[in-house]
Amino acid sequence: MVQEMSVLASAVDFLIPAGGSAKAMMAAVLLGAGCGLLGCFVVLRRVALMGDAVSHAVLPGVVAGLIYSSERSPGVIFVFAATAGLLGAGLVRLMMMSTRLKSDAALGIVLATFFAFGIMWQSRNQQDTVGVMNFLFGNVGSIDASDLRMMLMTTLVLVVTMFFLRRPLLVMSFDEGFSRGLGYPVKLLNGVFYFLLTFSVVVALQAVGVVLVSAMLITPAAAAYLLTDRFDRMLLLSVLFGVLSGLAGGVVSAEVNGLPTGPVIALSATALFAGVYLVAPRHGVLSKAWRTFRRRMRVRRENTLKAIYQIHEGEGFVHEEVSVLMLARKRGQTEDAVRRDCKALLSRGFIDMAEDGVSLHLSRLGWKRAMEIVRNHRLWELYLTNEADYAEDHVHEDAEKIEHILEPGTVRQLEQHLDFPELDPHGKPIPQPRHLVAQPLLTR
Amino acid sequence: MSDEQQPALETHDLTVTYHKRPALYGIDVAVPAGSLVGVVGPNGAGKSSFIKAVMGVVPSSGGWVKVFGKPLRENLHRVGYVPQRESVDWDFPVTVMDVALMGTYGGLGLFRGPGKAEKRRASEALEKVGMLPYSNRQIGNLSGGQQQRVFLARALAQDSDLYLMDEPFVGVDAATEAAIVTLLREMRERGKTVIVVHHDLQSAGEYFDRLLLLNMRLVAFGEVKDVYTPELLQKTYGGRLTILSEVADRAAKL
Ligand SMILES: Nc1ncnc2c1ncn2[C@@H]1O[C@H](COP(=O)(O)OP(=O)(O)OP(=O)(O)O)[C@@H](O)[C@H]1O
Ligand SMILES: [Mg+2]
Repeated sequence: MVQEMSVLASAVDFLIPAGGSAKAMMAAVLLGAGCGLLGCFVVLRRVALMGDAVSHAVLPGVVAGLIYSSERSPGVIFVFAATAGLLGAGLVRLMMMSTRLKSDAALGIVLATFFAFGIMWQSRNQQDTVGVMNFLFGNVGSIDASDLRMMLMTTLVLVVTMFFLRRPLLVMSFDEGFSRGLGYPVKLLNGVFYFLLTFSVVVALQAVGVVLVSAMLITPAAAAYLLTDRFDRMLLLSVLFGVLSGLAGGVVSAEVNGLPTGPVIALSATALFAGVYLVAPRHGVLSKAWRTFRRRMRVRRENTLKAIYQIHEGEGFVHEEVSVLMLARKRGQTEDAVRRDCKALLSRGFIDMAEDGVSLHLSRLGWKRAMEIVRNHRLWELYLTNEADYAEDHVHEDAEKIEHILEPGTVRQLEQHLDFPELDPHGKPIPQPRHLVAQPLLTR
Repeated sequence: MSDEQQPALETHDLTVTYHKRPALYGIDVAVPAGSLVGVVGPNGAGKSSFIKAVMGVVPSSGGWVKVFGKPLRENLHRVGYVPQRESVDWDFPVTVMDVALMGTYGGLGLFRGPGKAEKRRASEALEKVGMLPYSNRQIGNLSGGQQQRVFLARALAQDSDLYLMDEPFVGVDAATEAAIVTLLREMRERGKTVIVVHHDLQSAGEYFDRLLLLNMRLVAFGEVKDVYTPELLQKTYGGRLTILSEVADRAAKL
């Protein structure tokens, strides 16, 4: 056992780079991975404030570690810090169980008390605790080989435990009562969770600092949560974002003089979050706006097609061409605006323009789409009057919207339901795009 | 199969207290195996507390629970639990299939992941409640009735002998309600015991074989024809039990 441990230790040593900046990078990657993993559960279980409380609660432990280990041994600091963090978490739970205080109040009390105590203790022992600023605000540069060894081993424990326990932890976070029914040792799992949480906080401490650790727990996981509806993907993305912001923060604070690491890492995470917030495919603000824009343009094109069809219909389908002027009058728009719409239709192959640019005619594709839209509109009007008992003059508005979103399957259902109607409620014929080929005028 | 003679669920003097305020006093029941039981009572009667105490989700402050003749802990794998729908966060990043699969985790221990057999069981359970076509949906994109059916599928995937369900009919439309009732009867035909917290007194009389009338204490337990009587219902719903709740309030201040 001892032998295995020393083998592991030497393997770990082998992984530790010599250069100062390489060390900083590695530290950033480790803390990003650990916080990213744990952060997913922190966000999903809505215990974000718990991360904050634990990170502040470790301060007295750090101070104790600095005072009681003369050569600033990372192992000793780790043990003291983790103990203090767990003590804090335990006190929170105790308060919640024995009073009717909810978690936020209990967390607030514990956080402030531990932090205040740590600061006071530190200021009474200034000589022994010179390095404490590194822990308060984070300094990747202060991480040496032995610190890094500690970080590496802890992160390893964290990742392995998470890998094996992610399923039970997930079920428990989703539905604690049910997981009890499954026979899961819920108390134990909760204990393990807070252990790991404390570990990840302590790992990140020296690089990010007590005050900002919770940012690393929350921000990358929150960004991942916006991106996906799958838990495994959320874990991966969150780790990725954690590592990226760690790296970005490490690089920037090493390049620019006088920039502390912790804030830069936290802000990098925020920048990533902001990026995701704006462009996430489903929940992102910009992507939503983009989708709305695209839809509006499509509706516009389809309305132009429909107008062309209606002009033809009004003339009894005798002419092949429609002039831009007529179209402008029908659409109630300026000629320029209609020309712009025509350009969009042209580029998609719905129409052909005459050389002089004054008239246009529908291509086969254009006929088909135009007929579909008109059919959808009239089918829907019929459906509303027949089935939903709408008055005849109430249905047009609704059909104007629905015509653009009816899918082929729904159309077929409607047709069947209405027994393949030929006329709409206003007596106009419902076009049949299926019969496009059979209509002499349109076969060209 | 001495099992058949054992009551599916037996409680003795089961008591629940929240912060020293008693919510449920000394419940004694023995539910025979293979019955479909409705738990009814007014709001705050302790119906959810009863189910939770049986499951050990809230600690009981007295009494014991036996399932098929053994302490719950030993027979936990034979019990399926359907919590109230509001008890979970439906924005959670899991799919319908993920939730149904959770039902199979009980037999897997902490570390083993679900394999083919588990996936099949989950699919079958989803099929039974008509949710298989939605299996890749995130659970937040479902209607209330669909969410309830996912919860049922998860319980079915557990393949238990005793089921405890907390208000499975809340927020579902009449068609879904009928489908669930059919499902419950089917389960009973296959020898399962199902205990359902139910809000609607009207339908309780027709849905269940037996009723458990609850109002902070056990008012009555028995076959519908024996306990669905005006006197007993009046006793269950007729006003607060003033003395009982006064004493409970006083106990809370001790
Ligand atoms: N977690 C809790 N902490 C404190 N008191 C609780 C808790 N849960 C329930 N109670 C109290 O216990 C009593 C019984 O509640 P319970 O939820 O069991 O009632 P119920 O019969 O399920 O009601 P409902 O019909 O509204 O669902 C209520 O007075 C309630 O206020
Ligand atoms: Mg309830």
